[in-house]
Amino acid sequence: MFNRNVENVRLIDTVTSRRASVGTLYLTATHTIFVENETEILTETWVLHSLVFSVEKQASTTTGCPLLVRCKNFQVLQFVIPQERDCHDVHVSLLHLSRPEHYEELYCFSYNANSDREDRRKAWDFINLKAEYSRMGLPNHLWKLTPANHHYKVSDTYPADLYVPKSATPPVIMGSSKFRSRGRFPTLSYYYKENHAAICRSSQPLSGFSARCLEDEQMLEAIVRSNPRSDFMYVVDTRPKLNAMANRAAGKGYENEDNYSNIKFHFVGIENIHVMRNSLQKMLEVSEAHFPSMSYFLEGLESSGWLKHIKAVVDAGVFITKAIAEEGISVLVHCSDGWDRTAQVCSVASVLLDPYYRTLKGLMVLIERDWVSFGHKFSHRNNHLNGDPKEVSPVIDQFLECVWQLSEQFPCAFEYNERFLITIHHHVYSCQYGNFIGNNQKERTELGLQEKTHSLWTYLWKNRTDYINPLYRPDHSQTQGVLRPLTAPYCFKFWGALYNRFDRGIHPRQSVMEYLMAIREETQQLEEQLASHEMKILNVEKQQKKSVNLETNMFDRSPAVWASPPSNSSVGLANTPGDYSGLGGFLKSPYQQKEPENSLLILPWPQELRKPTDPDLSTNGDDQESGIAGLSCLSPPNEESAKDPDSDETAYSAA
Amino acid sequence: MEFSEHIKTANVEDVVLRRPFYQPTKGTLCVTGHHLIFSNRGGDSARPFLLLLRNIDAIEKSVENLLGYSRLFSSTGQSQRPSVSSGTITLKCKDLCVLQLDIPGMEECLNIASSIESLSSLETVSEMYPFFYRPPFLSLQDQWGLSSTEQHYAQMKEIHDGWRVSQVNRDYSVSPSYPPAVIVPHSIDDETLVKAARFRQGGRFPVLCYYHRETGTVIMRSSQPLSGANRKRCREDELLLQAVIDGSELGYIIDTRSSQQAQQARMTGGGFESKSCYRGWKRLHRQLEKGKVLQESLIKLVEACGDQSHSVDRWLSKLENSKWLSHVQTALSTAGLVAECVERDGHSVLVHGSEGTDTSLLVSSLAQLILDPDSRTLAGFLGLLEREWVQAGHPFQQRCAHSAYSHVRLRHEAPVFVLLLDCVWQLARQFPLAMGFSEPLLLRLAKEVYASDYGTFLCNSDQER
Repeated sequence: MFNRNVENVRLIDTVTSRRASVGTLYLTATHTIFVENETEILTETWVLHSLVFSVEKQASTTTGCPLLVRCKNFQVLQFVIPQERDCHDVHVSLLHLSRPEHYEELYCFSYNANSDREDRRKAWDFINLKAEYSRMGLPNHLWKLTPANHHYKVSDTYPADLYVPKSATPPVIMGSSKFRSRGRFPTLSYYYKENHAAICRSSQPLSGFSARCLEDEQMLEAIVRSNPRSDFMYVVDTRPKLNAMANRAAGKGYENEDNYSNIKFHFVGIENIHVMRNSLQKMLEVSEAHFPSMSYFLEGLESSGWLKHIKAVVDAGVFITKAIAEEGISVLVHCSDGWDRTAQVCSVASVLLDPYYRTLKGLMVLIERDWVSFGHKFSHRNNHLNGDPKEVSPVIDQFLECVWQLSEQFPCAFEYNERFLITIHHHVYSCQYGNFIGNNQKERTELGLQEKTHSLWTYLWKNRTDYINPLYRPDHSQTQGVLRPLTAPYCFKFWGALYNRFDRGIHPRQSVMEYLMAIREETQQLEEQLASHEMKILNVEKQQKKSVNLETNMFDRSPAVWASPPSNSSVGLANTPGDYSGLGGFLKSPYQQKEPENSLLILPWPQELRKPTDPDLSTNGDDQESGIAGLSCLSPPNEESAKDPDSDETAYSAA
Repeated sequence: MEFSEHIKTANVEDVVLRRPFYQPTKGTLCVTGHHLIFSNRGGDSARPFLLLLRNIDAIEKSVENLLGYSRLFSSTGQSQRPSVSSGTITLKCKDLCVLQLDIPGMEECLNIASSIESLSSLETVSEMYPFFYRPPFLSLQDQWGLSSTEQHYAQMKEIHDGWRVSQVNRDYSVSPSYPPAVIVPHSIDDETLVKAARFRQGGRFPVLCYYHRETGTVIMRSSQPLSGANRKRCREDELLLQAVIDGSELGYIIDTRSSQQAQQARMTGGGFESKSCYRGWKRLHRQLEKGKVLQESLIKLVEACGDQSHSVDRWLSKLENSKWLSHVQTALSTAGLVAECVERDGHSVLVHGSEGTDTSLLVSSLAQLILDPDSRTLAGFLGLLEREWVQAGHPFQQRCAHSAYSHVRLRHEAPVFVLLLDCVWQLARQFPLAMGFSEPLLLRLAKEVYASDYGTFLCNSDQER
């Protein structure tokens, strides 16, 4: 295998397309590394092989042979390699390295492999779906956990633990699963505690033109009955009607309202994975354009149709949210197989319905539940292995973008920020963590991911300070309960921060978010400092009590207590910087009387100098001697003057 | 003429007011000389709703008095009282707010509509509301405005050697649209200015609008030179510009027309500075649309925003079709070009279009906003607007007579100022920490230029005021 470095490679800046940096290109087992050798500080560009989307060798020119590397996280690197032979070698190696044939070759199996087994297991337990279902209030008198799919007997793409209506008997489940694509029978996705309405999901029924299945009809009836306050349910088919009709010819299709009692059928019209894949390609072309005119950009964005698709998903989520929260009607969602559009729509509805999913941990749980456990085909859709390019589609990308669009409309409602969504997007493709490897739970268990790889969620949780939205206000009335977003076309914006992630030149030059986060961090540090200072003061006060007791006599007898120190009690309450000045005055007053030649006036600490930020500012302990110099300046820090053995001595001697 | 002549029906009871973001409310409608007052007595909102009639851009009325229709309408949720005729007036305001009034009684409805129509299109400046409005916290003796040429000059101590304040226009005889005092190079006397002014359209000779401390260069603005078809020259005008770049070798003239448009302007007596006559000045052309094109662009944009059909494709294509964002882009990039000339290259810049009252002001004020942190504070920004727009003679009354909803045939309307506000907003989006003011200020300004309680944006020039 090719494993060496190529020197004198130029990396062209794709935004300005003028500047190029010269350096050395290294190919390792896991990364492509470009090290700039011109600059004083080593600048390195690392690209994971699993992130490489395409490698393109272009016609060589006089300066060398250009190699264009496109990444799944929208980074585009253009190298110019002096020798055509080298370029060819790099090209072939990269093609090979970026398309592994087997799961075991993926980066996550070699990433930090030698860590403690016990720690690793604990890390995987961080997100626990059982705890999630019991958070929703399950199982209860309406819904139960069914053992039907243990060992993945009924459906190999479903998780082992599934919740079904209490009245659904094993024969009904079995019968219903036989009537659904890939055995994905109707099961619970989200349960709305407040009014018992539920979001259920399944795959399409194998109805063809006229087929019926009694058990499937009973299954839906059981779902209707599990919501005591309603007498019907919605069945939402997320496909365009035409696609659903076409499926009927293949023996699949959709529910006939005549056969199922008490259902209302509804098409949503989200396009299939192939349309979405092409749409993203078109949009990326627009976003990569150098210096586009306004018309080119808007026309390109329009013809890509991307925002239209995003809107369709959000619209579907809004429809379900209305049905659940306002009407109190349960909903069954399906598409063809029930792992792409269904996952999108169910999870968007969950985010709208439940504030929990707008927290950091909540979004992790949601992705784990609706996507990972219910068998979204991550490895196929995100092209982890060398597979069918027709299976690739940006399905979870669209979900993350939907969440982003919502967070733009409700900036105070989400605990996480844009960076959190972008990081998840990155790792869905990176294969650095085991969470998104494989296509369903069965495959994941067989691969032993929990033993051999790490979990992304614990990594994100450890670094959560990076992902906190400083504007998050959980107690705000608008952020509580159900979100009701506007879905007018102009509410959907182009997400430059993701799609032009690496084009530094075009981002806003200042970020309010980062500014706020810096302030937040600073405040936190200040509070910690304040706390530690308060502790010190308390200690000092304890020590001082003894000396104060000694001095009491002197105080009482002295006719000139004009410095009028604050009472002892207020010293104990000192919790603002302003109060320290009083303390300082208190401590100083005895010396004043006894050392008139120094005539140190104790002025109140000037307001603008009261800076708890800078403890050094007040370490001006030697002004006891130079009374005049310290006149309008700072009074000596309380703890130091108290600790100062000399001053104590003077006090004693004076007494 | 008395206002009462226009008012046929002053009061109507039981009117339903519908406006965006509010529940429909029932109350009494009252038409006065300047306002539409709507109050629901006993309702929860104690303050009556006031609408300046001047703010109304277009009015649409529909009247129903057939019994059969009322049943038809009841299905669409309209509250129709049986057997009583009624009408609906839709008011489209210049601040882009759309209101709907359901008025019982056909005659009242028509009366009110015609009163509003005639009162909202009064043209006499002295009859407008600012002449009648007396805010309780301000008296007329107080200082008017925040910034003046003299104050501006006094703030910039560095330029006192090379520049002076000229009172040549104190009686508005040199240029009717300029303020009485302007800043010009020290070496140019008033006589030269008067002659140079004759060579510029509207007498708008080049004056200083910004001095950049770091590089010691300036931004000037003027109107086009009247070189005409036979390439006339003006010695004094050339002298004036020569004095500006005295010492440095190069200056830039940013013409806000395309070079073709500039050539055509010669046929009508206008023109541009030719290379041979103005040595040391380099001319660049950047085409900024103005006038009718801009107004139509805004109309299309507002129509696209009001479009209720829910399709992203249509929205994007309409947005693109309106070209509004293209105008924003061109304005900002031209201002960026000016800023680069001044900051990076260290050359002085003269900005002009044809009249020098629209796009030149747009570019020069945006460039100042980009260059000068002081102009990005609240007071600095308002001062900038006052100097560069109000005093520099942007014809607000002509440009803002009608907004995007009006069906009246366009005359001089052009939303140049609104375009400026949009550009400022775009800048604030990119530099959210750089501006000392926020979006509501821009929105308020956009409303005030069209219809205001205050006199700041009345009239077309300092002289008229």
